[in-house]
Amino acid sequence: MSVLQILNGLTFAALLVVVASGFTLIFGLLRIVNLAHGALYLLGGYIGFTVATRTGSFMLGGVTAVAAAAAAGWVLSEGLLRFVQGHELRQVLLTLGVAFVMNDLALVVWGGDTFTVPIPEMLRGAVHVFGVFYPTYRLFVLVAGCLIFGALWLILQRTRIGALIRAGVDDVEMVEASGINIKRVFLITFLMGSALAGFGGLLGGAFLSLYPSADAEILVFSLAVVIIGGRGSLVGVAASSLLVGLLNTFGQVMFPELAYFVIFGPMAVLLAFRPLGLFGRAA
Amino acid sequence: MTTTREPSAQPAAGHLPQAELVRATLAIAIVVLAAALPLALTPYQTGLATEVLIFGILAMSIDLLAGFADRTSLAHGAIFGAAAYVVVYAIEQAGASPLVAIALGITAATAIAAVFALLAVRTSGVYFLLLTLALGMIVWGICLRWTDVTGGENGLRGNIRPAILVPHRNFYWAVLAVAAPLSLAMWRFAHSPFGLTLRGIRDSETRMQSLGYHVTLHLFIGFTVSGFCAGIAGAMYAFFNNFVSPSTVSLAQSVEALLMAIVGGIGTLFGAFVGAATIILLQNIVSAYTERWPTVLGLVFIIVMIFAPEGIVGTIIRAQHAWRKERSLRTKGK
Repeated sequence: MSVLQILNGLTFAALLVVVASGFTLIFGLLRIVNLAHGALYLLGGYIGFTVATRTGSFMLGGVTAVAAAAAAGWVLSEGLLRFVQGHELRQVLLTLGVAFVMNDLALVVWGGDTFTVPIPEMLRGAVHVFGVFYPTYRLFVLVAGCLIFGALWLILQRTRIGALIRAGVDDVEMVEASGINIKRVFLITFLMGSALAGFGGLLGGAFLSLYPSADAEILVFSLAVVIIGGRGSLVGVAASSLLVGLLNTFGQVMFPELAYFVIFGPMAVLLAFRPLGLFGRAA
Repeated sequence: MTTTREPSAQPAAGHLPQAELVRATLAIAIVVLAAALPLALTPYQTGLATEVLIFGILAMSIDLLAGFADRTSLAHGAIFGAAAYVVVYAIEQAGASPLVAIALGITAATAIAAVFALLAVRTSGVYFLLLTLALGMIVWGICLRWTDVTGGENGLRGNIRPAILVPHRNFYWAVLAVAAPLSLAMWRFAHSPFGLTLRGIRDSETRMQSLGYHVTLHLFIGFTVSGFCAGIAGAMYAFFNNFVSPSTVSLAQSVEALLMAIVGGIGTLFGAFVGAATIILLQNIVSAYTERWPTVLGLVFIIVMIFAPEGIVGTIIRAQHAWRKERSLRTKGK
């Protein structure tokens, strides 16, 4: 692989870190597999795109994308998922239904065209790294991915809410018994995860572009990342994002017809031997 | 070992032959009615009824796994669609005869199901669902990208139906002639000693393991048989539609079929046909008014999950059990 392809793989991996860490937080801590995560990504991307083109501000686009995805996550969690609490499969299938509705409604609002979020002036162009000219924006995504990963890690390890989240994963009853409102902790986690999906939509929308089936594609990549990494593991997300990002770039170059196979083949084999993923722990 | 019967079967145990007789009569009556159905329908409606039969088989194959082994699959649309692809390709591009093409299509679907089973059966619950989703996506990705063979987004088209099956009624009867014995065989399979073992695995995997059952092998065979049935449905669909495209193997296909199984009632097997009829009728009614079928499909999914996770037939059976229990309690009271 050339330097260019490795960089492409790395930037894609950084985007996956942003999107999949939200997914793994919700899956690992709340035991909810949110199949509407891709739809939240697409929603954040579309809304971010609309705001960024209207106002000319990438920042403002980012803020609205995050807010919109978090709001949608709030409706999903408080308005729908509370009715099927404790039933894993019913939760998953319900979020699948939500994904269908959101995708179809997005088609009504934004149509079937492909959009690309406008990149801010200072991130346009290319810079010279490792002997190649590489788009500045993609490097920005790489940096953003690393920063978000670091921030999440600090939140989980060093703050009160992070400690509560980790405690809630291990023993919900015990946390509740010590007088903590665990429902609120779960809600915060769900909103944080949804917001990350929305932000991912904006980040990805500027270099992968947005189109009606983009939600399913990013969802499937996130699924692969979370399954390979092990649910609830932030380190797992980082490691498997790298793996999936590089494999995907490699697959697209070497076997364009079998691009999906290059990722899901190894994933399926891994699962057959380590059903909990690389960094997963038994609940 | 002794197998525990479902509680409902106990009171009737003494009159088993009679109950069997009633069941057999009911089954024959339903098949005769189904065979007479196209005489009363327009060609368009006959086409819909054919679709119900085909998707009923697909939903039933999903129910076979979901209801009896507690493994909810999102890969069956892909297995189904793969059979359809192979049938159309074999006839249109390779010039095979319909029978050879059907055999090839079903073999391909079974082989894919076997590979999926190898990878997926050791997982359970949500992980199984996610893994089968990903496996199904591989098939979709291949059908979309391998343009030389699959025609990419355009799919494959061809009038592959043999002349004798071109009239709507004839085709309906042919599909019924396959679907009726096949669904009966699936019901028999689910209630065979093998099916009972699957149910044992569903209820307690570790217990079955310590009783000496090869859990993984049973699940593998169960998945492969289920995929074989989905393949038969897919082969019939190829002749029904004369066209396959990536949407035939897409996640939406799996989701729709799963929804049919759930609406009918997981674990009821024949409920799959009720579910298929409900969804297909709904789709036709909705499509007359709006193009937003995916929204409606999603809403139905949400509503069913919240309010009626047992499905139509499941709810009826439960009500019947409750009624019987109440009656037996009352007679005992006297």
